[in-house]
Amino acid sequence: MWARVARLGRWALVGGHRAFATEVCRGGGRVTAEVIAHLERLALVDFGSREAVARLEKAIAFAERLHAVDTERVEPLESVLEDRCLYLRPDNVVEGNCVEEILQNSHRVVEEYFVAPPGMCCAKYFNSELRPEEESWWCVKAL
Amino acid sequence: MTFLFSFFSLDHCGSRLGTKTMLGRSLREVSAALKQGQITPTELCQKCLSLIKKTKFLNAYITVSEEVALKQAEESERRYKKGHSLGNLDGIPVAIKDNFSTSGIKTTCASNMLKDYIPPYNATVVQKLLDQGAILMGKTNLDEFAMGSGSTDGAFGPVKNPWSYSKQHKAKRKEKPHAESEDPDWLIAGGSSGGSAAAVSAFTCFAALGSDTGGSTRNPAAHCGVVGFKPSYGLVSRHGLIPLVNSMDVPGILTRCVDDAAIVLGVLAGHDPKDSTTVQDPFKPFTLPTLTDVSKLRVGIPKEYLVPELSREVQSLWSKAADLFESEGAKVIEVSLPHTSYSIVCYHVLCTAEVASNMARFDGLEYGHRCNIDLSTEAMYAATRREGFNDVVRGRILSGNYFLLKENYENYFVKAQKVRRLIANDFVNVFNSGVDVLLTPTTLGEAVPYKEFIKEDNRTRSAQDDIFTQAANMAGLPAVSVPVALSNQGLPVGLQLIGPAFSDQQLLTVARWFEKQIHFPVIQLQEIMDDFSSVSENEKLPSISLKQ
Repeated sequence: MWARVARLGRWALVGGHRAFATEVCRGGGRVTAEVIAHLERLALVDFGSREAVARLEKAIAFAERLHAVDTERVEPLESVLEDRCLYLRPDNVVEGNCVEEILQNSHRVVEEYFVAPPGMCCAKYFNSELRPEEESWWCVKAL
Repeated sequence: MTFLFSFFSLDHCGSRLGTKTMLGRSLREVSAALKQGQITPTELCQKCLSLIKKTKFLNAYITVSEEVALKQAEESERRYKKGHSLGNLDGIPVAIKDNFSTSGIKTTCASNMLKDYIPPYNATVVQKLLDQGAILMGKTNLDEFAMGSGSTDGAFGPVKNPWSYSKQHKAKRKEKPHAESEDPDWLIAGGSSGGSAAAVSAFTCFAALGSDTGGSTRNPAAHCGVVGFKPSYGLVSRHGLIPLVNSMDVPGILTRCVDDAAIVLGVLAGHDPKDSTTVQDPFKPFTLPTLTDVSKLRVGIPKEYLVPELSREVQSLWSKAADLFESEGAKVIEVSLPHTSYSIVCYHVLCTAEVASNMARFDGLEYGHRCNIDLSTEAMYAATRREGFNDVVRGRILSGNYFLLKENYENYFVKAQKVRRLIANDFVNVFNSGVDVLLTPTTLGEAVPYKEFIKEDNRTRSAQDDIFTQAANMAGLPAVSVPVALSNQGLPVGLQLIGPAFSDQQLLTVARWFEKQIHFPVIQLQEIMDDFSSVSENEKLPSISLKQ
């Protein structure tokens, strides 16, 4: 085993370093302002700071390493259970009548509805100066 | 080949019950004590509750469900009196990671987003434990939404590793004794199921549930000196486990010995109509057979796991463990998992992508935190999520959305899924070549002090710390971390065994054999638990086992 480990040591030094070395991202790794705005819109999470953008850039640079792997003619693996039939239960109602319990975790309800503020289409939703026009309309979402 | 192991049996699952206090026993042992009436479920529950209070500084629990526990203990007591106990788990104190839904008990995921959330239902695994009469002591601490490897990134503060306060570590600690302030340089518990691992390690419960997406059960198990088992994907229901990465998440089991993990698995495993990814093959709870002959066993040592970052001590213990298998007649073979070095990056992309999708449910509308901004629905969503999630979670959501952008989808997400197949195939090839089980380290080294740990950011840390554990999740394989020895710092080191998919019973059988050979020492926390002195007689013997 000792000899084995020593032998492995040299081998792994080559492979292992590849895994932890920093790498330069394609195209300099900069994420454009448009992409940032688009991501914030999609994720409904704001970056909030330059560090957060830098973190994304690092995450992308790290992901670039995937491109070193030859995946020609390899099918993507979505689930390790791909060879088994997916179980579907019969489409019968077996539970229910728990509206009260479900609603109790919401901060704002009217009768059996969750209440949301008015307006979904506000381009600059992060900008608190912009007020939606139809102020009086509140969205409700049925349970 | 020199034989380096002693064969005294004084580990947790060993005999000599007379010298152990109740809390120091294994689950099976304390279950026997309950059946024989040596202790009642209420007494046992109270002992655990009082120890939970004494060890509150570990921050292992987010919620202690004292009232519920005492009520459950009373019910259990009635069953024992009538002679109708429900089985091995009846009256046994257990803890649940705070990302499993518990009806009527807060489930926070260690996030401000869910800090007041009370689920209206139980996760299937929780329900199964309760149906067997287990006593729920509380909900354990974790990294926010289980994203992390230290249990340092939760909204309720970090978990402290009980070994920081052990006699073994204090005796070997490098730092000067006079610098001992009120709270010395305490060590991280590992993560993300650090609260569960610390709870089991500090004797406040006999088993705990963790979750394991990239190593979150095995990593803290290794750092806290307990057994951490990740079952095959599809064997145990995820219904009610708040998802991180649906295609890799599995409920994990933390116990003080392998046998106990098998008992808990017996209760949890099996098809659940509420989780379509549980397989329908019938599952029969098993008693682990005692393995006496390992000469037919083929143990694989993946050469790619010997990375430069691996500590010398762990490397040496790994090597000695391989020697042990060999000296007992097993065939130890060097094997190759050529895509190992891409596993972490592949995981990084798949994890953030699934996180981006999974975290979309937290919008402040139906449950969880809701901000005060009412300008528009989107403004409300965005502000809620800014207030509710920590930097790590927000960062992963943003990265995931980036990888899922139309123009990036093929390049990153689908590419990662392809690499995932290569990684999974590596394991298939190795197991098809006749290897029964793989032996690897669980972590690169022992637990590090909190101050050291937080110098690196979460992503870097997770990428390093999950390196040995995470491929098993990619391939859906069962894996178990077994504590093997103490380092020069008096801290636990764990080694991992990985088996083919759905070979859980065989894997645990081998793990139990392995555990029996090495007698990992019992943690000595006398100063915390004054009634624990009697366990200390173990203190000399185990040091001969897997020592340098």
